[in-house]
Amino acid sequence: MRQISYAQAINETLLQMMDRDSRVFIIGQGVTSPWYVGTTTVGLLDRFGSERIIDTPVSENGVTGVAVGAALCGMRPVLMHPRMDFMYYAMDQIANHAANWHYMFGGQLSVPLTIWGIINRGGEQAAQHAQALQAVFAHIPGLKVVMPSNPYDAKGLLVASIEDDNPVVYIDERWLYSHVGEVPEELYSVPIGKGIIRKEGKDVTLAATSYMVYEASKAAEAVAKEGINVEVIDVRSLKPLDEDLILKSVKKTRRLVIADGGWKTCGVGAEIAARVAESDILKKLKAPILRVSLPDAPAPASSALEQVYYPKARELIVAIRKVMEG
Amino acid sequence: MSKEHPASRTPKTSLNIPPETLRAMYVTMLRIRKFEEKVAELVYPLKEIFCPCHLYIGQEAVATGVCSNLKKEDWVFSTHRSHGHYIAKGGDIKALMAELYGRQTGCSRGRGGSMHLASPEWGLPGSSAIVAGTIPLAVGTALAFSMQSKDSVSVAFFGDGAAGEGVFYESLNFASLKKLPVIFVCENNLYSTHLPISACLADVQIWKKAEAFDMPGIRVDGNDVVKVFQSAKKAVELSRLGKGPTLIECMTYRWRGHVGPNDDLDKGLRSKEELDYWMSKCPIRAFEEFILARGIISDSERIKIIKSIDKEIEDSVTFAKNSPYPDEHDYIKYVFKT
Repeated sequence: MRQISYAQAINETLLQMMDRDSRVFIIGQGVTSPWYVGTTTVGLLDRFGSERIIDTPVSENGVTGVAVGAALCGMRPVLMHPRMDFMYYAMDQIANHAANWHYMFGGQLSVPLTIWGIINRGGEQAAQHAQALQAVFAHIPGLKVVMPSNPYDAKGLLVASIEDDNPVVYIDERWLYSHVGEVPEELYSVPIGKGIIRKEGKDVTLAATSYMVYEASKAAEAVAKEGINVEVIDVRSLKPLDEDLILKSVKKTRRLVIADGGWKTCGVGAEIAARVAESDILKKLKAPILRVSLPDAPAPASSALEQVYYPKARELIVAIRKVMEG
Repeated sequence: MSKEHPASRTPKTSLNIPPETLRAMYVTMLRIRKFEEKVAELVYPLKEIFCPCHLYIGQEAVATGVCSNLKKEDWVFSTHRSHGHYIAKGGDIKALMAELYGRQTGCSRGRGGSMHLASPEWGLPGSSAIVAGTIPLAVGTALAFSMQSKDSVSVAFFGDGAAGEGVFYESLNFASLKKLPVIFVCENNLYSTHLPISACLADVQIWKKAEAFDMPGIRVDGNDVVKVFQSAKKAVELSRLGKGPTLIECMTYRWRGHVGPNDDLDKGLRSKEELDYWMSKCPIRAFEEFILARGIISDSERIKIIKSIDKEIEDSVTFAKNSPYPDEHDYIKYVFKT
């Protein structure tokens, strides 16, 4: 099958969805910028014009509200935030308005909005250009949260997000933009709410999100040489969470490590660990559940500190070995 | 604190409003007033309604004057003080009362309460209790109307307190930048909850903000339904012609406190003298005299109208009380559209 990059997959999906559905438009700060969003929006302005590719003033909350309003009115906007950090400005429109609207009025109107938040870690950008806020959004009722880890899902989950009748926070990661993988040319959808087993194994379940799936695969390969057979789960959808898939795997392996690129406290790892702890699998575990995540600290600038701040396969290997010891 | 706000730049156009529109505006204002007075009674002393209600008594001319220019397909976004906008835009009074009673037959199926009213078929997509929260939503629906080549307009109602929010300015800028069909209606009732607006804004002339965003701005006497109607008419026409947004500041006053049926005089938040002054400027009484004097309604018609509204409101209470509560098993229904 044809291979393209993660960034190309997003670009192609936006183009195809806008071609297919006149309700779809893109709005956000930097959607026509040659660098702000990598190459994900290249060519869209030429193809669709500034009426449907709307680069905006730096008004995160206002522009998010505009997108929510348009969604209420039958459009299917893709609202882009070039760094998740900037989304704090838009929290009111996301959490108080988009997320609540369907419930608050008894299901009369919904907000079919894709809120595209980009994680852009590292690069000495420090604390306000590197945040991974998936747990913040997953906490809020009324929002769905997805994180594609490869080009195939980048396309399929973006299609699913745009087609969904609810607000979906679609979180991609710049560290994945150059990753190449098989992507069908035609449009297809990856269901929201379904995780997937990337590698079957019997000794340890390693549940990972987004870029950490890539690191998890590397770690699984490394420990295979030591005779440890890791099952790698790509969580893909944080909300709804595919609890069944995770519980089934942990029931088999009886060991769990969770790898997420967000902060530790009240993070994705905490939620997944709690789901297992609440199930009858808890007493069958052979080792305590371990989380690999960011420390509870802002991102540093210096690359010397970044080296230790961002977890990679090496931290996962340590955790896997530890749970194998029981 | 000043009582009088000069209605500077009020249009001097001659009264050119069909009599049926004037009659309808009178009925609408009375429906709002009588509904709110009934709610006040039901909240206290009767204690039938528990949901916090922000009453609109005193401000009826604003919702009425603006909404009388709108079609069913035009969208109106409202605030925590939303009963008046809902009624003026055509929302069903029974469903409104049932919502305040927390019933399944309520306009938001008992999930929203007083601050969250919707009736999409009447162009009421919802009201929000976050100050200024619906202003960008109205801009967004205006963007959608424009992309869909519809000639509908959006209206954002908000209070003077909203002028303290950044998103207000973001919304004015975006709407003017893109020349969107939206009308920003500020109901300046002089108070941001408990604080006089003069203690909140460096410049209390909110209409002047329009100039900074290159759009028409106007301040009108918000207790004069004719003046409100005429200003809104012009704004709606401009928007329908693709000439972009207008900011209208309507100077008005709420007779009751920020929330609930009391007047807050005992809390020292405002003076009796000030309240008396504004009650003497009652928007309904002034307009009633105006249309009676011009023979637009007769006194017997007036009595008939009042009777019919009283009955409508009594019926709404009966309807609400006889309506079922939402099924307790449905407490997480509607989180997502499925």
